Amino acid sequence: MKGENNIRLLSGNHAVSWGVKLARPQVAPLYPITPQTPILEKLTEFHSRGELDAELLTPESEHSAMSACVAASLTGARVFTATSSQGLLLMHELLHYASGARAPIVMFNVNRTPGSPWAFWPDQIDSLSQRDTGWIKMYSESPQESLDTVIQAFRISEKLSLPLMISHDAFYVSHAVEPVALPQQEQVDSFLPAYKPELRLDTSLGQSFGAPIDQATWNRSRRETAAAMARVENEVLETGKAWGELTGRSYAALEHYRTEGAGVVIVTMGSMCGTVRDAVDALREQGSAVGLLKVRQFRPLPVQTLRNSLAGIPCALVLDRNYSPGMGGILHQELKSALFAMDDAPRVHGFLTGVGGVNVASMKIQQLVTEYADAEPSVDSVWVE
Amino acid sequence: MDMIDYPDGEQFSPGHVACAGCAEALSLRVILNTIGPDAIGVVPPSCTAVICGGYPLSSVSIPVQHTTLENAAASASGIKRSLNAMGKPDTTVVCLAGDGGTYDIGLQALSSAAERNEDILYVCFDNEGYMNTGGQKSSSTPLNAITGSTPAGKLSRKKNLVEILAAHRIPYIATCSPAHLSDMSAKIKKAESIRGTKVIIVIIPCLPGWGVADDAAVKTARMAVDSGVFPLYEVEDGVDYTMTINTRNQAVNAYLKQQKRFRHLSDADISDIQADVDWGWEYLLDRAGK
Repeated sequence: MKGENNIRLLSGNHAVSWGVKLARPQVAPLYPITPQTPILEKLTEFHSRGELDAELLTPESEHSAMSACVAASLTGARVFTATSSQGLLLMHELLHYASGARAPIVMFNVNRTPGSPWAFWPDQIDSLSQRDTGWIKMYSESPQESLDTVIQAFRISEKLSLPLMISHDAFYVSHAVEPVALPQQEQVDSFLPAYKPELRLDTSLGQSFGAPIDQATWNRSRRETAAAMARVENEVLETGKAWGELTGRSYAALEHYRTEGAGVVIVTMGSMCGTVRDAVDALREQGSAVGLLKVRQFRPLPVQTLRNSLAGIPCALVLDRNYSPGMGGILHQELKSALFAMDDAPRVHGFLTGVGGVNVASMKIQQLVTEYADAEPSVDSVWVE
Repeated sequence: MDMIDYPDGEQFSPGHVACAGCAEALSLRVILNTIGPDAIGVVPPSCTAVICGGYPLSSVSIPVQHTTLENAAASASGIKRSLNAMGKPDTTVVCLAGDGGTYDIGLQALSSAAERNEDILYVCFDNEGYMNTGGQKSSSTPLNAITGSTPAGKLSRKKNLVEILAAHRIPYIATCSPAHLSDMSAKIKKAESIRGTKVIIVIIPCLPGWGVADDAAVKTARMAVDSGVFPLYEVEDGVDYTMTINTRNQAVNAYLKQQKRFRHLSDADISDIQADVDWGWEYLLDRAGK
């Protein structure tokens, strides 16, 4: 790998903390929650050793943590926080507020089942149920990707003045330890310019944020958000390319794995992608033309790129590690919507796999491909035992 | 008559949209002018949010973040830490909140900021209810008061926020009244000289919410102080109590009769309130060592 000589064994969460440290945030309000806590503890450890020069706050709730994030960001600081599940849901009000205020906060969420009943398992419903809050939303598959993405996130978010949430799955990624290449501080500094917003709370400027407005102005604010959202995919691509030039690891909104000539493409997000790669390899070995389309950028949904990627493919299987009661899997819904009125769209099958963190083995995925490759699709998502 | 001793540096502009005769607008003028231009305001939904004005106008000269209802103290913490990170630790960060946003939904965030002793000045304009939503009870509404959500009178006492904050051992807590503007300005100046969490509670008789005449806000505030219903005092480091005015010169009766929200009270109710106020007054004198 280019310019890197530092490979460490890191959990997904510690990889995030390393990425955050390298990105030099100025303010980080943090509140503990399983299974996010190792991110917080590693950051406070860096801070106590003098390796992270940031103002750390430890308020009484995630709601106050996100409140402090918004305010600090509007005052012109680079801001980071991390959370999971209940914490993210408690922040809900402020997630809308943050995007409305165009505060470029970077937040890491560890996907975990929300109560009730209480559980701590990987499931993406916590972050997916925040899909309409106006945040850029990205999903990571591995500790390396989490580290790389958190650094890229600051550049994307600050460039577009949109908050950005990255998620990785509880335990499968958050606590799994893998070799992770750490970039050099100088590399990150050259990649990530200091944050200097033109508009900010500053006594020398006098601008205020968030005052009551009329209908037309509120409407305009959301049109401006829409215009910024329309620039996200290209920014994700440019930033991912620049990161690739620096480190040898490039990224885009979607990732194709062995999709060339595929009769079946499996579409999924997060840790499930690793298992799908294994299933794809096994099926290719057996002579089946199967590939993986990994959704890394979920909001804004890269609709046109999804359409281009799946045009002419006979069959797509969507694997959802989440369940929206009454409407099935969320990625399944989104993909059906993205492929609307497309002549050469694939038959789309949706599967509720891994809801609540249950294991989805490579063999199970291979069976789904065999069983459904030529089947007529149903509009509903199918529960997988 | 004494001249009011506070600077007027045009930090608060005429043409704002407070109710005519509102003592909160008067208090804002004194407080903002005492603090001066090197400040950032934090305003949760409240009468202050309305008085500060809708986009693109503002009646205050300082930059303001209009926050959500429950997070003024957390937002102020974020601004202060951001200013610290940028090498501007001397800029005042001042919350201008109502009692709903302070005693009720904002108490958790305020408690946490106080526990961390964040370097912020928190001003609560206490009009004893959700007056900006048309007058419903908050935990600051006093016993027996009629509000939109307590049409037969509130059944429980006003929460003692000063005692709650004192238990956090923050460096400075004070009560103020718009009938005592020089004192208000002096307390703001004192708070400004202290690092850490400072909380100032200002009694604001709400003209429509309390049912008092348009020209009676300041007079009603003075009666609240003179009767001991709302004593003016300071608490330093949570333990050192000082009475600003340590005498009372009237019973609660006249204060209560002045307000529509208390018109239904029987003589027995008034006696009970008087007993409660007497107890509170003696408690404070005792704490202040008088």
